[in-house]
Amino acid sequence: MSEQGAPSPKMTARHLAVRYGGKLALKDVDLDIASGRVTALIGPSGCGKSTFLRCLNRMNDTIPGAKVSGEVTLDGAPIYGRDGLDPVLLRARVGMVFQRPNPFPKSIYDNVAFGPRLMGLCHEGADMDAVVQSSLESAGLWGEVKDRLATKGTGLSGGQQQRLCIARAIAVGPEVILMDEPCSALDPIATAKIEELIDSLRDQYTIVIVTHSMQQAARVSQITAFFHLGAIIEVGATEQVFTAPAKELTQGYITGRFG
Amino acid sequence: MSIGEQHIVKSYDIELGKLGDALARMGGLAEAQLAAAIEALENRDGEQAAEVVGGDARIDSLDAFINEQAIKVLALRAPVADDLRTVVTALKIAGEIERVGDLAANVAKRSLVLNQLPPVAQTRSVSRLGRLSLAMVKDVLDAYLGGDSERALVVRDRDQELDEIHSALFREILTYMMEDPRTITPCSHLLFIAKNLERIGDHATNIAEMTHFRITGKSLPEERIKCDTAASLGGLPGHDTI
Repeated sequence: MSEQGAPSPKMTARHLAVRYGGKLALKDVDLDIASGRVTALIGPSGCGKSTFLRCLNRMNDTIPGAKVSGEVTLDGAPIYGRDGLDPVLLRARVGMVFQRPNPFPKSIYDNVAFGPRLMGLCHEGADMDAVVQSSLESAGLWGEVKDRLATKGTGLSGGQQQRLCIARAIAVGPEVILMDEPCSALDPIATAKIEELIDSLRDQYTIVIVTHSMQQAARVSQITAFFHLGAIIEVGATEQVFTAPAKELTQGYITGRFG
Repeated sequence: MSIGEQHIVKSYDIELGKLGDALARMGGLAEAQLAAAIEALENRDGEQAAEVVGGDARIDSLDAFINEQAIKVLALRAPVADDLRTVVTALKIAGEIERVGDLAANVAKRSLVLNQLPPVAQTRSVSRLGRLSLAMVKDVLDAYLGGDSERALVVRDRDQELDEIHSALFREILTYMMEDPRTITPCSHLLFIAKNLERIGDHATNIAEMTHFRITGKSLPEERIKCDTAASLGGLPGHDTI
């Protein structure tokens, strides 16, 4: 994994394995998540990429029967085990955006203010207004919603809802943003806006994205990791993986000669 | 799951196949054109030379077809990895073969002029140079179509030999012209023919490098020794050192 040549990794996974009941979903995965980069996780359904993503902010803890072993660190500190980070604090630092936009049935304003309020990050009033505005601006949504902050978030279009969810994730000041197929429910224009957003967020945040669209992985990421049957087959610079992958299996998958 | 030779989407294979077939046909035509041009030169056969001049259009139309087909595949299939390298190198190699065709046609055209003039002894040496360049073109196309990067590299190394022969020939023809100014006209044409044939070797070398890239995904370093010294020959008498 050293070919990433990046500054010290934001997150690392070592010997990471996940079991759902008797089924081994992820086996002995080592991966560094480079700071300030977009890392794309690709692979066929059931390859373990989403499972891996969910390990990075302990979302697997909420799944009954899921058992995680191995080590994951954030800035060098373990997130699992006895000395592990508190999951609630961890999820504030490692935010997540899901496949289907899932705004709360509340106003646009309250959707974004929800996290900061819960965490007691800032006072109501001017402080909160500023956080809501800057989060919506970062998510590229401010211009479209600034005159209707009191209307329901669920009334927005799919693409707008997804950007609202990104604003909601940003509002608590995360360091890492995990995205699980964030564009699979969106049309190409809304997808392009999210991709542009991912590109602009990269300066401030470390981003890990799971996508089924190979072209999306190629467009938005700097590092691509290919998963197959719960293991990492290849990880490298996206450009390298898509022009001259090192492994036959990667080549078979990305060119569509698989199965 | 396993990796197959074929794509899940069968029409993708058909599209890539069209590209490969057209390239094979184009390469075969260029080889035939070059062989015929050399023969016409050796045998002072004007009829054959005229056929070569007329035959270049078929190569050009295949080049146009490959351009269209490659752009279509790029736009519609967004190829990656070895597929991408196949499409991009097909596009570039078609350009190289098209140039080989042009140069062969030019050899034939000049041989028509030579036929009107008294024979020059060096024609034999020039046609030997031609056969060497023809062998390079043939081998490199076989290497590309057979996916053999080792064989392509061997062709690339042979360009050195071609360059050396061209430089020696240049010197020889120059001397011949100095000795008998009446030979200047045919010898000038012969010099151009020799240069064309030497250029064909360069195109074969480019195809070799693209073959290597297509197969391995790695570009070759530009460290080849250049042995064509003809460009620096001449100047003051007795000072035509290398």
